[in-house]
Amino acid sequence: MSSSATRVRAIYTKEVREYRRNGSIIAGMAIIGVIFVIVPLIEFIALPASTSTALHNGDALAYMLGIPALLPAFVAAYAVVGERQQGTLEPALTTPIRKEELLLGKALAAFVPSLIVSYAVYVLVLACIKLLAQPAVASALIEGSDVLAQLVFTPLLVGWSVWVSIAVSTRSSDVRVAQQFGILGGFPPIFVTNFIAFGAIHPSLGLALILAAALLIFDAIGWWIVTAAFDRERLITGTR
Amino acid sequence: MSAEIEMASGEQRSGPALSAERLTKRFGERVAFQDVSFAIGYGEIFGFLGPNGAGKTTTVRTLGTLIAPTSGAATVAGLPLTTENGVRIRQRIAIMPEAPGLYLRLTVAENLECFAGLYALPDPHQRIERALQAVNLAGRANDLCGKLSKGLRQRVSLARALLNDAEVLFLDEPTSGLDPVAAHEVHELIVGLRERGVTIFLTTHRLEEAERLCDRVALLNTTLRAIGRPDELRRQLFPSALVVRTLTPLTEPSHVFDGLPAVKSWRQDASGAYVFTITDAAIAAPALTRALVAADADVLSLAESRHSLEDVYLELIDEDVEAGAQ
Repeated sequence: MSSSATRVRAIYTKEVREYRRNGSIIAGMAIIGVIFVIVPLIEFIALPASTSTALHNGDALAYMLGIPALLPAFVAAYAVVGERQQGTLEPALTTPIRKEELLLGKALAAFVPSLIVSYAVYVLVLACIKLLAQPAVASALIEGSDVLAQLVFTPLLVGWSVWVSIAVSTRSSDVRVAQQFGILGGFPPIFVTNFIAFGAIHPSLGLALILAAALLIFDAIGWWIVTAAFDRERLITGTR
Repeated sequence: MSAEIEMASGEQRSGPALSAERLTKRFGERVAFQDVSFAIGYGEIFGFLGPNGAGKTTTVRTLGTLIAPTSGAATVAGLPLTTENGVRIRQRIAIMPEAPGLYLRLTVAENLECFAGLYALPDPHQRIERALQAVNLAGRANDLCGKLSKGLRQRVSLARALLNDAEVLFLDEPTSGLDPVAAHEVHELIVGLRERGVTIFLTTHRLEEAERLCDRVALLNTTLRAIGRPDELRRQLFPSALVVRTLTPLTEPSHVFDGLPAVKSWRQDASGAYVFTITDAAIAAPALTRALVAADADVLSLAESRHSLEDVYLELIDEDVEAGAQ
């Protein structure tokens, strides 16, 4: 393993150990995810079979993509400013770690649990719909293309939210402010997915490819943008 | 405390371990420190003293590549202090900040594992074991850092600074919060590191600690006010003096003391002791003894007046305070 990979892994492992010691971090993310879907889920379960035709024409479950756009902010916004407030950032920066390595380790540590929780909540919703909704409604909601879109867009949206939140975290001086702005950063994709879910934007393969490409590009350059925003001196001294 | 940390670097080392040439750091209009120049050799313990806000921590951060100097030049562990050399410099140094900055939800061993990873050390578990033994914490490896006392956290922070066998070790108040026994053990460890050629840059407010440990000290108060061995600074600031105490005051002291060799002047202080400003104690003390015996004086004591590093510190800082008031 290269030195860079070792350093990224050290940061990632440290973060995961902290999640394990403080189980409420991940539990809190899961609860927020469940709260996000509970009302629409009840409505889907209550829908009569006659609505299945209308449901076939859209992707009502697209609103669930709001979860991966939202959840990472709760951990990623803490990544830099939290360590700074705790006094643990400076010792880490005295080591040979490069800012790119530090940020990648932090991003991975926010990405993995967010992705797992997002998929878990989606699976839970699908299971509830399959078991409790009218069979015609369930088959209309759970279509192969919609599931595929969810599987593909979830990691892309988690990536978006992770980089936006870490960018806010590197420039913020307060954890609470970072979390608020990190959550706000998840809103643009939430608007798009809700427009799709409520039929304002008609989903198509072309649209999906364009959105996926845009997110993929953002995720790739997000690392570079956040690295540029990371000012070691300002973070240590609070000046500039 | 067993000092079993070995120098990893087997390469030839020439020139100073650490040097600064007119190094200056400003934050906008505010001057953190300016025109700081010094050179520190390998295996030297260098004390960096100064009042709060004097720029000590900023100097350490600058030399540690955490912040960039505004002007001036420096070399750290033999490498020029440049942005490009940042990673290479940080591989060769270690900084123990004043606040331990530990991950409180992780155990002692997990904290050290994280930093061993950040240094990309090839044999992390051996290094961690040695570092913990060096600070007498081998038995506490699995304790959560959040449950440790302030003193024990300070020791974990020191163990962390020992992990990478640094050539230059910056220690900021390493004995802060430690009990006398633990502080003594840290002193022994520091001396042991010096014997292996590690350069120690020691920032401390404990002047007796600096006096006991440091080969040389520098006093910073935004600018470098003094630099040298503690006894050199004492000699520069305070003239050598002898103090004589007698059972009863001499009837005609000027007859006894005037014209003695190597005695520049004398006076009687408030306690009745005679204080002699001298040029050479080896000449003045025997002559003074003979004069006192000849005068049939009831001598209680004759001693050389000793000024501590604290006296030096206070004298220089007082000068700055007075200059600031004017």
